[in-house]
Amino acid sequence: MRQSLLALLAKEPAHGYELKQALEQIFGRAYPPPNIGQIYVTLGRLEKDGLVRAVDVEQSNRPNKKVYYLTAAGRDALDIWVDEPSEGPRVRDEFFMKLVLAPMTGIADRMALINRQRRHYLGLMRDLNELADRTDREDYVALLLIEGAMLHLQADLDWLERCQEDLP
Amino acid sequence: MSEPPVVRTVNLVKIYQNGGVPVPAVRGVDLVVEPGQFVAITGPSGSGKSTLVHMLGGLDPRTSGEIWLDGKRADTMSESAWALLRRRKIGFVFQFFNLVANMTVADNVELPALLAGASARDARERREHLLGALGLTGRADASPAQLAGGEQQRVALARALSNKPSLLLADEPTGNLDSRNTRDVLRLLGEVHRDGQTIVLVTHDARVASMADRVVTLLDGEIVDDGALGTARRRPRGTAGDVVELRG
Repeated sequence: MRQSLLALLAKEPAHGYELKQALEQIFGRAYPPPNIGQIYVTLGRLEKDGLVRAVDVEQSNRPNKKVYYLTAAGRDALDIWVDEPSEGPRVRDEFFMKLVLAPMTGIADRMALINRQRRHYLGLMRDLNELADRTDREDYVALLLIEGAMLHLQADLDWLERCQEDLP
Repeated sequence: MSEPPVVRTVNLVKIYQNGGVPVPAVRGVDLVVEPGQFVAITGPSGSGKSTLVHMLGGLDPRTSGEIWLDGKRADTMSESAWALLRRRKIGFVFQFFNLVANMTVADNVELPALLAGASARDARERREHLLGALGLTGRADASPAQLAGGEQQRVALARALSNKPSLLLADEPTGNLDSRNTRDVLRLLGEVHRDGQTIVLVTHDARVASMADRVVTLLDGEIVDDGALGTARRRPRGTAGDVVELRG
């Protein structure tokens, strides 16, 4: 979440609740709504690291609110993040560990593990289908996030098939 | 008496001869599909999925075992009796579409309904509905050769559904489609399934498989998994949001 907050603050200074609303609005239903507490904790860390700074703004009839803005160091950190290629797909996988190790120790049958995992992935795919159906067709950001998740799941299922074929 | 299963196979076997060498493709499959059920068949290539649905549709003769459709023994029928049964009861979507080249899209889709005895008006209404649902209304007067592969595949699905068959069989019905057209196909399959359509389809596409009531997995010609898919609510963790968060 650090980088997304830096990116939003690069656009304009904002207080915590505005950042929460902006994230919700941009990513829609596909993204779990950020918890306001987490946002303040993250902002606190960014402030400690010198990437953002806060000013108190007085409000009539209400307590002061803290408006955050990006520092030069924050701008640099954001540039580095944007310029770097992002992390590739996972290569280590907890399920694969189970699949390789469990039969060696006699804990579980490999076919049963694969079958259970396939059903789980298909259940997730069903959730994503339903999420896509409930998502506004104009909401391209959310729909693309969902499609990305679907394609990853499809790859996991294809890989599962390869495991089923090739593991002894 | 309760309705018989739409499909029942007993120890169904298919062995191809490859230069005198017997190659088993399907090795003793027992499968029961109840009316209204949507069954997805998955498995690696060469696991016997396509052979199985081809046998269910009478397009490939079985080597041994039994096939029962709507409570009637089907594997012992003559080819002409199969043809009649297919016309009346089965809609089939092939991997390679098999549209009639010298007929328009509209006529291709209406033909099965007319052959099954629907009135011209009912056949037309059904065709308009199906083509509309698949985003093909504007292509009704085209000939199959003028269509892209993905369009032909959707026309093949519309044709297979046109006579409201008691059984829809499909072999990779989204194999040539991009994600937007896949979504149209998924929506239509969901719609006819809610209306009671029995569906058995072979698919690699997890979006399609995840819509089924039940997923059957083949490996080396045998069923290795056969189970209902749970609903989101029954699963304790791993919601779609978590997937997006994990992967996004």
